[in-house]
Amino acid sequence: MIPALAQSSVLAAQTAFPILPALIITPLLSAVAILLVPSHRQSEVRLVALAGSTITGAMAVWMMAAFDKTEAGFQFVVNEPWLTSMGLNWHFAVDGISLFMIVLTGILFPIAILAAVPQHDSKAYHAWIMVLMAGSMGVFMALDLLLFFVFFEVVLIPMYFLIGGWGHGRRIYAALKFFIYTMAGSALMLVGIVSLAFLTASRTGNALTFDVTQLAEAQALGTTAQRLIFLTFALAFAVKVPIFPLHTWLPDAHTEAPTAGSVILAGVMLKLGTYGYIRFGVYLFPQAAYDLAWIFLTLGVVGILYAAVVATMQKDLKRLVAYSSVAHLGFIVLGIFTLNTQGLTGSVFQMVAHGVSTGALFIMVGWVYERRHTRQIAELGGLQKPAPIFAAAFTLVMLSSIGLPGLNGFTGEFLILLGGFQAARWWTVFAVLGVILAALYLLWAYQRVFHGTPTGDNIDMPELKASEGLVLLPLLVLIVFMGVYPKPMLERIEPSIERLVAHVEANVDGFIEPGPVQVPERPSDAVTLTEALEEAEKKAAREEGEVEDSVDEEGREASLAEGETTK
Amino acid sequence: MLEAAWLIPALPLAGFLTLLLLGRRLGEPLAGWLATGAIGGSFLSTVVVLIGLLNKAPAERFYIQKIFTWIPVGSFSVDLGFLVDPLSITMSLFVTGVGFLIHLYSIGYMHGDANFSKFFLYLNLFAASMLMLVLGDNLLITFLGWEGVGACSYLLISFWFDSDANASAGKKAFVTNRVGDFGFMLGTFLVFNQIGSIRYVDVLTSPITAGAATAIVLLFLLAAAGKSAQIPLFVWLPDAMAGPTPVSALIHAATMVTSGVYLLTRLNPVLAQADPWATSMIAWVGAITAFVAALAAISQTDIKKVLAYSTVSQLGYLFLAVGVGAYIPAIFHMITHAFFKALLFLGSGSVIHGVDGEQDMRRMGGLARFMPITAGTFIVGWLAIAGVPPFSGFWSKDEILLSAWNENPALWIVGFVTAILTAFYMTRQVILTFFGRTRYWDVTNEEIAFAYDQFAEEAQAAHLVAAETVDETSTALDKARSDVAKRTEALTKAQNSLAEATNALAESSEGLEGYDKLVKAVEKANKSVPKAEAALAKATSKVSELDDAVDQAEGLVVAAQLEAKRAASRRTEAPTVSPVVTALTEAPEVEAFVDKLPESYHERKEYTPHESPWTMTLPLVVLAVLAALGGAINLPFAKRLQFLGNWLEPSLFVNEAHVTSATSTKWLLAVVAVLGRLAAIFVAFRVYLHGQGNTEQIESKNFALAVTWDAILARFMGGPGRTLFDWMAWFDKTFIDGAVNGAASLAQFTGKELKTSQSGLVRQYALFISGSAGLIGLWFVVRLFA
Repeated sequence: MIPALAQSSVLAAQTAFPILPALIITPLLSAVAILLVPSHRQSEVRLVALAGSTITGAMAVWMMAAFDKTEAGFQFVVNEPWLTSMGLNWHFAVDGISLFMIVLTGILFPIAILAAVPQHDSKAYHAWIMVLMAGSMGVFMALDLLLFFVFFEVVLIPMYFLIGGWGHGRRIYAALKFFIYTMAGSALMLVGIVSLAFLTASRTGNALTFDVTQLAEAQALGTTAQRLIFLTFALAFAVKVPIFPLHTWLPDAHTEAPTAGSVILAGVMLKLGTYGYIRFGVYLFPQAAYDLAWIFLTLGVVGILYAAVVATMQKDLKRLVAYSSVAHLGFIVLGIFTLNTQGLTGSVFQMVAHGVSTGALFIMVGWVYERRHTRQIAELGGLQKPAPIFAAAFTLVMLSSIGLPGLNGFTGEFLILLGGFQAARWWTVFAVLGVILAALYLLWAYQRVFHGTPTGDNIDMPELKASEGLVLLPLLVLIVFMGVYPKPMLERIEPSIERLVAHVEANVDGFIEPGPVQVPERPSDAVTLTEALEEAEKKAAREEGEVEDSVDEEGREASLAEGETTK
Repeated sequence: MLEAAWLIPALPLAGFLTLLLLGRRLGEPLAGWLATGAIGGSFLSTVVVLIGLLNKAPAERFYIQKIFTWIPVGSFSVDLGFLVDPLSITMSLFVTGVGFLIHLYSIGYMHGDANFSKFFLYLNLFAASMLMLVLGDNLLITFLGWEGVGACSYLLISFWFDSDANASAGKKAFVTNRVGDFGFMLGTFLVFNQIGSIRYVDVLTSPITAGAATAIVLLFLLAAAGKSAQIPLFVWLPDAMAGPTPVSALIHAATMVTSGVYLLTRLNPVLAQADPWATSMIAWVGAITAFVAALAAISQTDIKKVLAYSTVSQLGYLFLAVGVGAYIPAIFHMITHAFFKALLFLGSGSVIHGVDGEQDMRRMGGLARFMPITAGTFIVGWLAIAGVPPFSGFWSKDEILLSAWNENPALWIVGFVTAILTAFYMTRQVILTFFGRTRYWDVTNEEIAFAYDQFAEEAQAAHLVAAETVDETSTALDKARSDVAKRTEALTKAQNSLAEATNALAESSEGLEGYDKLVKAVEKANKSVPKAEAALAKATSKVSELDDAVDQAEGLVVAAQLEAKRAASRRTEAPTVSPVVTALTEAPEVEAFVDKLPESYHERKEYTPHESPWTMTLPLVVLAVLAALGGAINLPFAKRLQFLGNWLEPSLFVNEAHVTSATSTKWLLAVVAVLGRLAAIFVAFRVYLHGQGNTEQIESKNFALAVTWDAILARFMGGPGRTLFDWMAWFDKTFIDGAVNGAASLAQFTGKELKTSQSGLVRQYALFISGSAGLIGLWFVVRLFA
């Protein structure tokens, strides 16, 4: 069904140019080009990286424009045989779930490159970033399980070198922790992938395949096998997200990573976990995801509250932002396992929104560090006085992270909680408490860093430079746009989510998408309200005829009384 | 004409955007005029829409304007759309009207502020958010405005952010409101869950079960209690006074804090379907808040804090009204309150402006002669809030009291007593501020303490100098004494040598060899003796002289010590209860004392309280007229005179409670209420103008339960709450991360230990192999026989 759709005339234009492979190859070629530039020509290295990432980003945006929003299935499909004997294919495609992750990757990388200049070895630094970009692109479009796994692991290596090579203080510890933790999580997933493919092949009698869509349609596993294999995937993704209590690699990695590393880690790489849950967890194992949803709902909610509390007490500004990420990702996990359209759509939206806001936060925290050479909240203070524009930009990003309606953080969070309330009411009640805590930790941090009277070196905090403003501007615009007019995004995400929910409904016995108790019978418009009002008035007139009489009487008496008093 | 609805929020939003781009370039006062123009245009648009509505039949006064689809996902869809009906337009009218006056006023008030244009940028954003709140056609647009005004409130409370107190107050307001938002969000979810839509048209016309309606009402009550500062979430509002005064008037008195009441009124069909205890709860929350806040207002000394608690108290009346189904009186009082409370706040701002930033009423008094317009308009506001007929507050407050009596006389009693307290604390405020002796130039406690500190410091310094002199002279004395001893020795030596020489001369005979020499020696010795004697005498006299000096210096030290002690005791004895000291003339060294007073005192002496510029007094006058005559919009004498009631009726779906009391009861209640207030005003005059009664007892903090609750919360947040948070952070570091690092260490340790088994010794390997084979064999044997 899926390949057939890809061949349809509507999508013919899309398939003319192999956009998806181009999105992977362009950054890879840039990496090679960077290696060819003589190492003393630092600025040219940066130029090549910027050009490569910007071209990739532009292609991603172009792809978004060409994306057919009426199509729920996969688009821009590329499916070429690789190792046919093993059932491996170069299968890349995009749907509403992965579309904006790819666009986000395309936008965040050039910004991350612009936001900070490495202290040394510019060539290696930029080459690793471009390799990371290629890997990130691949992981969101791979529809072959082994191919996905390769990309999933490949992105670890550049990130490991970025943290270890260009990080701060305890960078080696943080890099190793990040690498080993994530590797350990995904090792079991490989076992799961292989078992899934072989079990499915043996049960259905078809040829061995690692193709995600075929495996999802087959649904050949028994309950126990499905749950076990689901858990191998789930563990790998849980480390990546990270889900409480597997989160402690993240504050270390985030804090020690260079700014670009933190931005990409928060904006793109954490989303591999949540994306994995939707694309592979729910899609491949709907029954297991439904049965075990309570585990992830619980861990998600615990993560929201726990990480928010821990964030409040952090002394390092970057660590605080890192913990806030854990809390935000908790919302996304909650939304995914509501298994309803609002919750899932909200999660996908929030994945993008969080990437934008937290990316901006990390960039600004990085600039604070560049200026003040400290991230300790206690050593900062009163920065709004010398740097009001910087503070204003920070305020906007902070309010978006708090989830203020009209900014991007709200749209996703609201949809997640709205969906959550229909599907998992009590979990959601606790999750909403996280909304209070988010205001607490961010506003308190802001107060200590920006409010008050500056002392010492804080007096001379340099203001936001015009060039920095230009780097930040796209993110700020997105923050407002995604909050004010999220429709273009939502209507591209939603069809694929509805398709996924239908897939779950079809494959899970007795599962009906959780939704409202009743829906309004009549189409809502002003006329019907007037009619309703008339009805209500008629009813009231019948019931309260005597009241009106008494009112008249009162009026008469009152005027009489008035007359008396005037006499 | 109704199509102009979108302009109402769009104009201030456009003002905001313009100021965002050009604010700094426009500067003062252009930025202020731009913002004022934007809100003025918004007011005019509201009037146009109002005329449009009036042209329609009452039942058809509903109009929905859709701008675009905001969040559509699956079965859920909300628009950015506006609902134009009598309720929303009434709200918009007073929000834009009062807002316009406050914008105008701010041009004068914020004169000279470094962030002049930023202030108006926030103000316009606030107005846009507030108008979204009241005009939204669904719960989510209302929430957009709800959070928008909250954010603006945060930004404006901490507008002067260099003070930590202001910054904390802003944060406190936001976080406390978020507690309320918890209710708003869950309420919205429950509404969607029950009827599949959150548009007002659906919410208001879809029947739901009583249980669901009750839950929805309670959740929105929590939300409203946050925004409208009701028990237990009112604590942020008194602190919010840290913001500039126009902000207090606009956001924290007239508009934003009434949002909760608006929301509950808007949802009146849901309230009607809820269990009666839920609406009773609204009424009681309101009644108790009104009473407790009024008690707290009596003990306040900050001119704005009195008004802040007063606002909490008046909002309590609105909740009381909504709870008993008296929506029209609620909206009526909301409007009159907006007039007189904005007037009072702006008046207090004008006072603060006129006395150079002073906010303590104990340092005011008699200001009426310096600022007649401010005083005159303030008095109108006072009579209005005190509920003295025929001022506006009387009409609206008594409507509420009447509805309360109709529902439950106990509610009436609380409302009645609160009204008496209101009349009392407002009279107190008016007298302390405008009448009596002008205490502005009086010396304050702090200044006296400062002066005494100066004295103590000087005495201390004198003491040090004297003590040093003692030391120095003592050293000199010692030196002189040793000098005397030396001189004495020298004299003895001279005398001895004289005796020796004389003896030698006697023994020797003339003409002998060396005789001449001896004669010379005797002569010399003869001469040196008186010299030594003179030196000795001089040294001795110096000793006695220094002795005296030491005595004197020691005397000085004692005196300085005494002086320091006296200064310190006077410092502690200085009155602390009243900050104003009038007894300056009784001090023994008045002139010396005045010299010691800090700069602030001398600066104040040079300063004369003054009236504010026209941009500030004009809004005062307009608001005073409205506060005086505002009652005319809803006169109780005849149905046709109840303009507001008739106008709002279509928005209330016949859920308005009807008062069934007899006319005579109504008159009796009104007369009793007015007499109570007049008595309270009379008592307040006796106490504060004529100095009868013990003010300390009246203003006892023990009555201020509201202040105590705030303190308990603060202590909890700073104490156990913080400990818990700290403990969680410690837990994360030690256990959760500790487990990870522990696992890593364990792997490292195991690896290190197992490494030793790879020794390369063949004998050891053989031992392992045979041992293992033996164990496996054993297992088989056991299995075979078991």
